[in-house]
Parts: sequence; C-alpha cells; structure tokens
Amino acid sequence: MAHLDFAERGADLELAGIHKRFPGFTAIESLDLTIPAGSFFALLGPSGCGKTTTLRLVAGLEEPTSGRIRIGGVDVTDVTAYRRPVNTVFQSYALFPHLSILENVAFGLKRRKIADPLGLAHEALRLVELDHLAGRRPAQLSGGQQQRVALARAIVNRPALLLLDEPLGALDLKLRRQMQLELKSIQTEVGLTFLHVTHDQEEAMTMADTVAVMNKGRIEQLGAPEELYELPRTAFVATFLGQSNLFTGDVVAGNPNSITVDVGGTAIVVPLDRAAKHTGTVSVGVRPEKVALHRSAPAPDGERNVLGAGRVVDVSYTGVSTQYLVEVPGIAGRLTVFAQNSGVGHSASLGDEVWLSWRVEHGFGLADEAEAPARFDDDTDTTALAAQERAALQTELEEA
Amino acid sequence: MSGVGAGAALANLEAEEVRPLPSKPTRTRRLGFGRWLLPVYVTIAFVFLLIPIVYTIVFSFNDSIKSNIAWRGFTLDKWANVCVVENGAVCEAFGNSILIGVISTLVATTLGTMIAIALVRYRFRGSGAISLLLFLPMATPEVVLGAGLAAQFLAVGVPKDMLTIILAHVMFCISFVVVTVKARVASLDPALEEAGRDLYGSPVQVFWRVTFPLLMPGILAAALLSFALSFDDFIITNFNSGSVTTFPKYIYISATRGIPAEANVIASAVFLLALVAVVVAQLGHAAREKRLAR
Repeated sequence: MAHLDFAERGADLELAGIHKRFPGFTAIESLDLTIPAGSFFALLGPSGCGKTTTLRLVAGLEEPTSGRIRIGGVDVTDVTAYRRPVNTVFQSYALFPHLSILENVAFGLKRRKIADPLGLAHEALRLVELDHLAGRRPAQLSGGQQQRVALARAIVNRPALLLLDEPLGALDLKLRRQMQLELKSIQTEVGLTFLHVTHDQEEAMTMADTVAVMNKGRIEQLGAPEELYELPRTAFVATFLGQSNLFTGDVVAGNPNSITVDVGGTAIVVPLDRAAKHTGTVSVGVRPEKVALHRSAPAPDGERNVLGAGRVVDVSYTGVSTQYLVEVPGIAGRLTVFAQNSGVGHSASLGDEVWLSWRVEHGFGLADEAEAPARFDDDTDTTALAAQERAALQTELEEA
Repeated sequence: MSGVGAGAALANLEAEEVRPLPSKPTRTRRLGFGRWLLPVYVTIAFVFLLIPIVYTIVFSFNDSIKSNIAWRGFTLDKWANVCVVENGAVCEAFGNSILIGVISTLVATTLGTMIAIALVRYRFRGSGAISLLLFLPMATPEVVLGAGLAAQFLAVGVPKDMLTIILAHVMFCISFVVVTVKARVASLDPALEEAGRDLYGSPVQVFWRVTFPLLMPGILAAALLSFALSFDDFIITNFNSGSVTTFPKYIYISATRGIPAEANVIASAVFLLALVAVVVAQLGHAAREKRLAR
C-alpha cells in the first residue's frame, strides 16, 4: 500500500477514466479531471448528476468501478478512506454528538497521534472564531456555528485536499453569503486545495477559480466562472448556469470570421470562434441581459443581430432590472430580456410591439442542439437513485 | 411589587369580564367533581400498586418463627442474620440469581448488539428470516419455551445446572436486546461513521470512538432489561435448573410452607437498591443538564 505523508500544502487531484456503476444505473461515466494544487474547484450540477458520488470516490467512501485516482501524483485508488490525506466537510456536518467541540476538532489529530492535538484544535477554532465555545456539545450550537466547527475539524488536519459536500446548503441566504466569503478567505489563508460540490450556481461562481458543470454522470464544461457564463458550449450549461435565449437553425452562410444561421427566416450571425459547430443544424444563443429592446426597428448596421417585430407578453419588475418575455413570429418559444432599470434605454409595457437586438460578439454557438430539454428528470433525483439501488441490491441478493 | 401586579391583573380581569381563573373560590363548587376525582383515582391506583411492596418491606422486620404471615413484633434480626437461617439458603439462591443475571446479561447484550448492528447495516441472505425468528422467543409462552428447552437438554444429554439456566436466559434475553439496540442503530446517521473514517479512524477506532458511544444508551437499556428479565424469571428457569436454586425459585418453593422473613429482607434490599440507583441517575442527569446549560 502506498505510504502517504500528510501534506503541509495542497496537492493536485487527478481523476483518470473514472466510471462508477451502481446496480441498476451509472452514476459517473468516463470522468477525467485534474485539479491543480491550491485551487478552489467547484463541481456544479443538479441533484443526481454524480457530483456527490465523485466526492465520495475521492474521499474513499466509495470505490470506482474503473479508473484511477491520484492525489499529488500518488495513486490512492486502492487506499482506504482513513489512510487518504483528504478531509471532508459533510453536508449534514456529521459532528460527533457525544464529543465536545474541542474533541470533535481534535479527533483526526488524535487518530494520527499528532503532538499537542488540543492546542492545534484550539488554533483551528480560533480561525473560525469559535474558540470560546470549545467546551460545548454540537447540539448547543446554531447551524452556522456547526458548519464552522465541521470546517475547523477538517482543515485542522491540513489535508492535501479538502472536500466540501454542499456545506452551505442548510444555511439561510444571509449566513450562506457570509460563510462563502469566510470559506474563500480561509482557503486563501491556509493554501489548501478545495473541491467544492454544489447545486447552487451562484455559490460556485462567486467562490471557485474553476467550475466544472456536471450533468448525468459527465462533465459538460469546465472553466473559469466568467468563461462558462460568457461562452457556454452546451444547452445544459447555457440554461443551468444562468438563463439563455436559444435558437436552432441551419448554417446558411459562413466566412472566415463568422457563421450565419437561419432561424425562422431571420439571419443570426455568430462569430466563428464563439461557435462550437460550424455546419449543419446548430443552436445559437444569447444571454438575456445582452439583449436590447427597441420601440422601432433599428437600422441594420452589421454589428448587431436584430429580431422583430415581436410583442411583449409578460413584464416583471425585479428592482434592479425588469424582465420582459417577448414573442417573435417565426421563432419558437419566448425570448427573455433583462433590462437594467438605469433610466437609460427603452422600456416597454405589456402588448407593446418591440424589436430585439444584440451585438454579434455576444452570441454563442452550442455543440449540441437546444431541443433536448435542459430540465433534468425527476427519476434521476438522489433519493430515487438510492431507492433504485436498494431494490437492485435486494434482487441481486435474493438471486445469489 | 408582585402583589400590586396581581391586584392590577385581577382588577383588569373583572373589568373586562374575562373568564375568571379556575382557582377563584367562587368557582370551586362547579369544578369540584373534576377537581377531586383525579387525585382520588391516582391515590387509589398508587395504593393498590404499592401495598404489596410496603407489605414486603414491613414484614421483613417481623419477628416471625416459621411462616411470615401474622405480625409478631418488630425485629432487626432478620436483616442482621439474613444469611444464617437454613444454612444461608436464601443468600445462596440470591447469589445464584445475581451470577446468572450478570453472565446472561453480558453474553446476551454482546451477542444481541452484534446481531442488531448486522441486521440494520448489512443485507445478507436470511436477514429477514433472522429478524422474524428473533421475535419468536418473545411471542412464545414461557411454559412452552421452558418445556421445549428442557426436552432438548434431556435429548442431548446435558445435565441441568447453572449452565443450562444461563443458556436458557441468554436465549430469551437476546431477542429483547436486539429489538432495543436495533432501534438505536437505525437512528444512527451513517455520515458520523464516515466522518470517523474520513478523520483517519481505522475501522476498530471508529467502532469504539464513534459507533459504540453513540449506541451506548441503547446498549445500557438493553442490558438493564435483560438483567431484570433474567433475575426474576421463574418459569423457564424452573424447567431447566435441576437442583440449582435461584431466588424466584426459592420463593416459589418456600411459599408452600410459608415464606421466611429473610426472603422479604432480600426483596426489600433489591427494591431499595434499585430505588437508590434511579434517584442517583436522575440527580446525575439533572446536574449534567445544569452544567451544559451554562
């Protein structure tokens, strides 16, 4: 068995060709992923997409069906959980209810026979500003405090890799924002590699250096938050990470700089380097806040795509912006437009005739077609998967 | 201060003609029936429950000669010489019961806890059948169990002694232990053990540092239950004891010729000991609560 030293700094994580099949379904399908040391990496996806399974594989709480896991270059695939230089902050915190806060934090240090476990535990508790509660039991703490104890209990071990399993899910919005900032600053301070699993896209975007969007057991797209948002490659990413207006049509013209797609009689131009596919039927899109609303047909200038005339079918005022839903004849579905309430630009009301336009360089072309519904099915929900797994296991046992 | 407040509150009540407090004397007559029914009923119930115990304790001080039925005067002799009469037969029977109880409890609690963890945590062939079979000793009449076991021991040729009693007690205690501990295991969050493993705990360490302490209340309850069941079992014991005498068996046998006051002494002592244990546990609990509340 590989001998692993416990790192003082973060180590990189490498997943190579990971498959994970449970009886009855596949949780992860051919996953390749490298997370550089010291980075804050987020796995983002809906429930049942395989992100928590990925985390459990890295922690050693599940075994991959095939593939290798390397931490800091050392293959840990066959290393049991308690020998891996990895610590997890569990979704339910999983604080030991029979131990005091201090004993909870010192648990890992004591198992590894580190000198002065209580001193180090106090230090970790000071980092999360909870040292004054060291003598209490977990049940006497609030949710946010318990979350911080769980974090202290993990980082006190200085793991090469810290795994966070939706640790902020149980907190209310305000506390969540505060904890996001704290987590981020602690990560910078201690310099560990963080792998954060979440279904909250805002959380992933604000905290992580790199975000991987996962769907149905595979990674759809990986990149910096800004890159993912500005240039989504698949319909799933375009709709899961924020909102998008998507149109599907055939490529009718192309030049070295751009492609032109015919969408219900309207030509939409997308820069070549922003389109994943250059021929045949393609889906193109634009973010709602990039779309401008006009009360009269704008003069075509070659720099903007123009749709219209359409009709406003819904207006909702959200404070900083107003959201319009516009129906344009010949275009399937409704278009969403976010207009800043800055007093600049046009406003419209229900039933108004409007034209829509956006700059060519704001459009993007997807690798797949938007027709596939981006909404995930209910039967891929985690509890349903667990029930399936149990049933399958039972039949397997009875057959044996 | 408070008197003024109460007066003001009363004045307020009268002014607004809200429903007066039930403690107001003018209302007691109408509520009278309900007010005395419950206390009287409760008192009767407790008297009914406590009379045999009080009788036992009082007659442990009776200066009896042979049978202990008529009150012949107060004495402490029976308490002082409890192990002397009949060559200490009462004490020997009591000692046997304690020994059998402790051994049966240890064995049944250990095995039962292991079975409970296995049944909740793992799915294996026949796990359903085992769950069902464990209920059988609880559902079967004791006479049937006792007679069946006796026949079994006879057929196999095992002489009836302390060992057969212990085997019989372990058998029926296990069921109660499994049922009690299973509930505790089922309510245990598996994430806690995963956290233990994640925090560098080997399987053995995780069991003793996380699983066991969390199961402890259930295991303790199961052990107490099994000791109580073993200690006062008569029917199954009587079938499988041969010449060994346990405390319940001693009382049953001596009941035909009048129970000696020494039996009352032992029974009273056990009762008082249990009472003290409960009071101490309660006080300890209260003190801990108070300490944690700070």
